[in-house]
Order: sequence, then C-alpha cells, then structure tokens
Amino acid sequence: MKFNAGNYDVIVIGAGHAGCEAALAAARLGMKTLVITLSLEAIAFLPCNPSIGGTGKGHLVREIDALGGQMAIIADKTFIQSRMLNSAKGPAVHSLRVQNDKTLYHKEMKKTLENEPNIDIVMDEATELIHDNESVSGVATRMGAVYGAKSVVIATGVYLKSKVYIGEVNYSSGPIGLTSADHLTDSLLELNLPLRRFKTGTPARVHADSIDFSKMEVQHGDEKIVPFSFMHDYIGENQIDCYLTRTTKRTHEIILENLDRSALYRGDMDSKGPRYCPSIEDKVVRFKDKLSHQFFVEPEGLDTKEYYIQGFSSSLAYEVQLEMYHSVIGLENAKLMRPAYAIEYDCIDPLHLKPSLEIKSVSGLFSAGQFNGTSGYEEAASQGLIAGINAARKIKGLDPYIPDRASSYIGVLIDDLVTKGTNEPYRIMTSRAEYRLLLRQDNADIRLTEKGREIGLVSDERYERFKAKQDAVQEELKRLKEVKVKPSEANELLESMDCSPMSKTIPIYEFLKRPEVTYDFLEKIDKTVPGLDPTVMEQCEITTKYEGYIKKQLEQVEGFKKLEKKVLPENFDYTAIKGLRIEAQQKLNEIQPFNIGQASRISGVSPADISVLLIYMQALKGSSKEQTDQ
Amino acid sequence: MFTDDTIAAIATAPGEAGIGIIRISGPKSLEIADRIFQPVKKETRLKDNNRRLVYGHIVDEDKQIDEVLVSYMKAPHTFTREDIIEINCHGGFISVRKILELVLRSGARVADRGEFTKRAFLNGRIDLSQAEATMDIITSKTSASFEAAQKQLEGNLSSAVNDIRQILKMDLARLVVAIDFPEEDEPEVTYAELKRDLLICRDKINDLIKTFDKGKIIRDGLKTVIVGKPNVGKSSLLNALLNESRAIVTEIPGTTRDIIEEYISLGGIPLKIVDTAGIRETDDIVEKIGVQRSRESFDSADLIIMVLDSSKPLTDEDTHILGMMKDKKALILINKTDLQAVFTDEDIKHYAGESPIIRISALEKKGMDLIEKQIEKMVYDGKLTTDNDILITSARHKDSLERACSSCSDALTGIENSLEMDILEIDFNDAWASLGQITGDTVSEDLLDTIFKEFCIGK
Repeated sequence: MKFNAGNYDVIVIGAGHAGCEAALAAARLGMKTLVITLSLEAIAFLPCNPSIGGTGKGHLVREIDALGGQMAIIADKTFIQSRMLNSAKGPAVHSLRVQNDKTLYHKEMKKTLENEPNIDIVMDEATELIHDNESVSGVATRMGAVYGAKSVVIATGVYLKSKVYIGEVNYSSGPIGLTSADHLTDSLLELNLPLRRFKTGTPARVHADSIDFSKMEVQHGDEKIVPFSFMHDYIGENQIDCYLTRTTKRTHEIILENLDRSALYRGDMDSKGPRYCPSIEDKVVRFKDKLSHQFFVEPEGLDTKEYYIQGFSSSLAYEVQLEMYHSVIGLENAKLMRPAYAIEYDCIDPLHLKPSLEIKSVSGLFSAGQFNGTSGYEEAASQGLIAGINAARKIKGLDPYIPDRASSYIGVLIDDLVTKGTNEPYRIMTSRAEYRLLLRQDNADIRLTEKGREIGLVSDERYERFKAKQDAVQEELKRLKEVKVKPSEANELLESMDCSPMSKTIPIYEFLKRPEVTYDFLEKIDKTVPGLDPTVMEQCEITTKYEGYIKKQLEQVEGFKKLEKKVLPENFDYTAIKGLRIEAQQKLNEIQPFNIGQASRISGVSPADISVLLIYMQALKGSSKEQTDQ
Repeated sequence: MFTDDTIAAIATAPGEAGIGIIRISGPKSLEIADRIFQPVKKETRLKDNNRRLVYGHIVDEDKQIDEVLVSYMKAPHTFTREDIIEINCHGGFISVRKILELVLRSGARVADRGEFTKRAFLNGRIDLSQAEATMDIITSKTSASFEAAQKQLEGNLSSAVNDIRQILKMDLARLVVAIDFPEEDEPEVTYAELKRDLLICRDKINDLIKTFDKGKIIRDGLKTVIVGKPNVGKSSLLNALLNESRAIVTEIPGTTRDIIEEYISLGGIPLKIVDTAGIRETDDIVEKIGVQRSRESFDSADLIIMVLDSSKPLTDEDTHILGMMKDKKALILINKTDLQAVFTDEDIKHYAGESPIIRISALEKKGMDLIEKQIEKMVYDGKLTTDNDILITSARHKDSLERACSSCSDALTGIENSLEMDILEIDFNDAWASLGQITGDTVSEDLLDTIFKEFCIGK
C-alpha cells in the first residue's frame, strides 16, 4: 500500500493560519516544503468569526508582518470594515480589528501558497509520523504516500479526533462538515506525547434577508482606515456595516428551561473550553443578574448573505437554538443557515515544547496553533511563523529564533505556553505583557524588522521602507529638541482650548508632552513643521508623551534581559542540586527552562530557588573552566 | 529580585557599640551616596576619592541624620566586583537603621541574606568552597522559635496586605476588562472609583508602614519588665541573662533620661528589658516609680518577669504585685533555689493565677535554659504578642510597602493628569505586585480567574 512519494525539507501538516505561515516562512527561507491538508477549500479558512485582529491579537498581526509573515497582507487585501479599538485609551492598547470577507481571505492565502515556488500542496490526510522515537524523518498519509522530511510542523488545528456537539446530537467531524483527522493521534501517542482534549464553539449563521436590521444599532467602520501591514499606505474603504443587538428576557428563559438539551450542561463533554469565549448558556447561567447580553451581527463577506452572530456560541439542540435565536431583538424571523455547535479536539500540553516550538522529545518535530492549546487565528499564525522559521533554521544548523517577552507579544505568547502551560485554549491579552508600553502595535516594525531581516524573511523593499521611516523619526525627534516654542506663540491657542498657558520658552519636544498638544496643534503655531508621514508623527508623539513611563519599562527590560542571558543546560537533572526545594526540582525537571529568566517565571520556583540555581550554575561554570585550564 | 540592581544592608553586627557600617553594592551605589551624603569640604566628590574615607554628614532633605565617614570603592576591585559604598556611622540601632532606610528610599533594595557573598561569587570574586558556604547561608534557617514568632506576625501582616490587594485586584480586573475587552457591555470603571480605592489603599499601606517605625517584637524585642523586691536577685538575673545571650546588644538612652534599656537575645527571641535603671540603681522599681506607674509599666509591657526569693516569706507587697500579674503575660521566677524554700507553687497560684513558675538560681546561673524555653513556648503559643497585632518586622517588607505606596501615588497623579486607563493600569499592577512580594503571591492567574469570574466577557 505504502509508496515513496518524494522528499522534502519541511512538511507542514494542516493549512490553517498556523500551517500557512509555517509553510510560507520555511519556503521563503529556501526550504522545499510540502503542505498536507484535508481540503484545499479549507486553506486559511475562518471557521469562526469573520475578523482578524482585536486587543492583543492586532498586535500579533503587526508583529507577524514586521517579521515578514503573511497574515497582515492578506487581511488588508480582504478587509471589508476596519476599526481601531481602544482609540480613547493609550497608544499601547490601540488595537486594530478588521472584518474580512471569508472567501476572499481563503482565496488570497491559497493563491499566495500556490505562487510560492518552494511549496507543494496536496489534499490528503497525514496519518502517521515516520520516526525512530528520537527524531522525525517523514510523514505517511491515508493515500499510502510516504514523504521524507528533515523537519515536520504539526498544525492540525481542531481537526484531531474532532467531534461536533449540537444538543443531544454529536458526531465525528471537523468544522464546516469537513472530515476529522482520526489517525494521527495514535502516531503521536506512540511517541508518548502528552495529548489532551480542548473544546471551543461557534455561533449560528443567519440569512441576511431574515434579519430586521432596523431594530439593531449600526456599527460603522472608522473614517480613517489604518492598514495592518507596514507595507501598505492605503488599502481602500469600508464596504459594510456591523450591527449590535441584545438578548431578551425570553432568550434567557429558553436557555434556562432547556439546559438539559445543551451538550455542555448534559455533561457529554469533559474537555476544557476557553473562559473568554463562553457559550451563551454559560453566560446566562453564570451571570444570572445580567438581564440582557449584547452581541454583534457581522457579515461573512461581500458575496454571501450569511451573517455571523458574534458572542452567541452554543451547544444547545438545534430545535432549542431556533427558538433561542428567534427571541433576540431583530432575529424574530431569522433563518438559520448553519447551527451553532461546540467542537472538541486533541491537542498537546505545550509544556512539552521548547520555546522554538520544537517538541522536546522528538528532534525535528515542531507544532503550532490550536494543537499547542491556543485559540484564535492570530495566535495560530504567530506560532506558525515561528515554527516555520525554526524548522528551517534547524535544517540549516542555525540556532532557533526565540522571540522574548520584551520583544513582542509573540514572545509573550510562546513563553507563557512553554513556561506556564495552559488549562484552557489560550488567548493573548495585552495584560499578559509586562512591557506593554514598549510592545505597541504602532512600533512592531521598529521592534522586529531588523530581526526579520536577519532571519531572511524581510524583503529589500520592506527593509528600505522601514529604514526610511526610522530615519524620518530620528530626524524629526532631533528637530523637536532643537526648535523651541515661545509662550507668545502658543498661549493664545492654549487659552482658547481652556488649557493652562506656557510660562517660559521650551523645546517643542517638551511642549509635545502636554496631553492637549498634537501635531495638528503644532501645525497651527510652528511654521517649521515638515510634512511628515502620519506614522512618523505618531512615533514622535508617543515618544515624547510617554517618555517617563517608557523609560521606566526600558529599565525593567534591562534587568529582564540579564536573566534571559543566563543560559541553563539542556536535559539537566535538577534533583542533583540539593539546595532546591523538591517542588522546584520537579517543576524544573519537567519544564527544563532554557535560561534563568524562564526558570524564574515557573510557578513553584521561588526566588530562593533561583539564587541556588544561579550559584550552582556559576559553580559549574567555574569547575569546567578549571578542568579546561588543566 | 536577581538582577544586578543596587542592594544595601547593615554590615556590622546589630547594635555593636562604637560604629555601624551600612554597605551598598551595585550600579547605583555612588548615585545614592551622592544624594544623601554631604562632605564637610563642599568641593569633595566621592568619585574622585576611590578607596579613601570622606568625612561629612548624612542628610535627609537638609536634616542631618548623623556624622559619618564614607568610602567609595570603584568596581571591579571590590568584594562584589560592583561599585561599593560604605557608610561608617555611629553605632546603635537608631542611627544605623535610619541611614539604611534613607538608602533604601533613595533607590537601593535590602540585600537578601548572603547576597553580598552571592554577588561576589557570581562575579567571580570568590571560589567554589566559599560559594557552598553561601548556599548554606541562603538555604539555612534561623532558630525555630524566631521563625515561629516571625511567622505569626507575618500571618497577620499577610492578611492585612491581602485585604489591600483584594481592593486593588478588583480595580485591576475592571481595568483589564476595559482594556482587553473594550466591546463588552460591562460598565467601564470610573476614575472617581479608582481614586477612592487608591486613597483607601494608600492610607492602609501607610498605616502598615508606620508600625515599622514604632518597632516591636523581633525587630526591637519583646518589651520586658523585671519586678521584685530589693535583694531578690534581679541584678544577678539580668547579668545571667545577658551572659546567656552572649551579645549585649546595646545601650540606648531611652526617652526619659534615667531609663536605660538593655537588649537580650534568648534563643533568637529578642527581649528589650525596660526600666533597668530601676533595677540597678534603687533595686526596686515599684518603690521608685510608685504603684500607679508600675501598673502603667505593667500595662505597656509585652512580658513581665517577677522575681521572688524562695527563702523569704511572701509579703503584702509581693502578693499585691502577684495579683497585678493575673491575666497578664507574666513569668514568675523563684530565685535562690539553693536555699530552703518557705512557700509553694500553690501559694503563688493563689494570687497570680496560671502564670508559669520557674525555679532558678541566678547566682549559679541555673535554670536560664528553662526561662529561654518557657519564653519560646509563650511566643510559640501566641501568648506573647505586642500591643500591635500587625508589625512590619523586616525592612524588605517595608521596602515593598513603600514601593506599593508610591505606585498608588503615581496612579493618583495619573488620575489628576487624566492619563489613559492603560497607563494607570501599569501603576495598579506595580502596587499589586509589590504587595504580592510580601505575601509571596504574584501569580497573575489569580487576576485572570477574578476577571472571568466577575465579568461576563467574551464572544
């Protein structure tokens, strides 16, 4: 049955958001890459919400872009509405989110993969890893094809042994009726990988003509549209509106009366779901005092009448769902085109991964996305990019690229996964980042383009754009420090805005620190303001206004970096260090941190343990030095 | 915690008479010294005086704290291979501690146990065998009883700190919800609410900080009064105890001129013996200060030790004092057990209730171990506490509280200046984390749990 179907450098299993980024990164780094997917129609599919970005997630998309990934470019090309969330808050938490045309998104990404000369795509099911227990050497498929590979990236999303639940009905299936991947799990268990089951859910899709939008609140896109990608200046206009509506008392009654018809509450599923993505049953049961829940109604694309009912996922029986959706304001006559469902799937405990996203016990085997216990397209794409990069670097004999917590949200995401693990599908949040003020979406290019260039994913064109912006920012900051503002120039305008007047002449740099002073303001009083790109002005304003806080965080980063540089040995037996408490020994043995910084973030490892570690490691270094001296 | 920040500690044994030395090590040493030290010769700069003693004053906002000699030792030729400053000041608790506090406020943090040595090792200054000794220091424990007493106090402190953290946690959760889930229909936290909570927290933190300044058990000792008629052996007892503790900590003139205090460490528990002047000079505190004042002195004491002469019958005065000791934290010592006893334990219990009784011979130094054990037991059982049930005993805790306090102030300033919510959240988070260092609990998962428990969020 089995036959040799060829050899590749990298094989990527799965073509979701993680798989696509992994394959593109590996291929662009010169690797001959094979993508195995259950369905060509499911490449970069958006099975849940038709949008990219949001708080924290928007940051990830920008970072993927700065490193030379694909998601931002496709999101810009296929957006139909764009909003900058949190714009009333500080720049660190401004978060871009766009509604996307689902079909276009899939088509654009598929086209990108197809046009990449180093990528082959096959529709098949990866059923088996070829390995010798220590390292992976290929993948076998359901069709009997055996592909050789130097590295393999698992990006199976929710497809491993996936099971869909709708009330009393449940069956083996992936999303949108695609088949589940039922065989690969056994091969992974054979490698003694710690698998577990997570779950997630998605709401119903409703026909547009059956929705009474007049009863709902319209939500327009932003007037000023900001692209995701640093490569884009202008990406077009909003095409559609979204809507906001609410549940009624009746909705809650229906849910509470029919809890025994919810797969979740019937106890059919014992897997862990995400807390920030609760089903409507959960919301109603857990927050009894809340008489109504709001949610958004969003189009799935320009060319379809399907609408996505955001915030309304459920595992109730279809019959109950109909009644429930009909009780919502504006959905009284809604025609359901797809029911809401919950889905359960196999994934790995990410504590079993290295920060490079290589699986600790199997050399050359990488993993990314929902398989690693995360949730969200953006989280998946981030990991895919890193796994793809490191799969290629491994083959080239290079050290892995490990983004740290001070560099990016991608770094925060991966460090959280491999250091702290997760008990539910993990979602990025801005509050997970310690150095949030430094990790802004507006400066992702400043933080990561050089790194992307070094890795080899940043094109000349991107690099030159980046350099030009950098130079412009530096030049303008210099000007701001040199040119001064006199009280006589600004006070009239300040007073007209009810702001306190200036008392003495100061550099614009200092003047710009006032909350009310923006470039619009400067243009009125300072004739020397050069015509600048908005992104340059943005950088200068943020640099001056938040200087104090930024400085404080930079100092903290200094301390953080020192610990990250203190590398720990691989496969080390920490029980050999007798000064460590037993709990610390066990945790350290399990997680095998790469450096002291990571060790210090493991729960159960105390500051005293870290002191002992530091001393022990120094002692080790000292004695090995003595040996070489002899 | 493990970074190359600047650390400080008192380098001399506590209370050693003569001089005390505060040592500062780390990149900010010189900067801190320059801020708090005024050389007598105005033009003198510490940085130009590597390895030389400079004479001057330690000042806290123009107020002179002490007359000192400061030496600056430039990295890397120092013990820790970092910049080191040593401040030689007058010995004794007050001066040394005040200067340390000032140093901490100026940007250093309290050194962990063995940390100077640890740094010396990590920076390649000392060898492996010395390092192993350091490891022992870090992992070793002080006397069990001392730890127990400290634990009890820390328990109280923890619960007070947790109360404050609870307030901050709810605000933090609401801030995080507003920042990370901006589209949910949870009402956004208002600046007025945040301000109210910050003021409450800051007051509570300040109250805790103040308990450090008052100073009690562990840090300054259990306030102990020794009473008894003339010639029952109070002086010999005191001498025997002092001898036992092997470290007469110090003599500090008290608040009134004639009161002398002695510090004794018994099995790790420090005792502050007050009114020893009464014992030494007139040998009769009750006689000297009168019944009214002795009652006051009883009331303010953490521990009363009554000494009786076993060879003399109980007098009215004895029974009167014994009566006063009922329901007090008291210990009754029957001295001169080498002589024939003329009363029984029951006789004493009749007046003094259940206070423990120990037979000793102060002159022959017999029974001192029993006293030590009994006091240890009383501390263990929680019978001995101080007036305040919450005390900040470690400068590190105080340090954390002060950081938390200043983060609260920063957040309040931020609110005054209408800074954005996510900037305020940074200060809230810092305050919360600083307090968490006291309770050993900085895990952010706790915060996430609160968010998902209290707020209906998610799509």
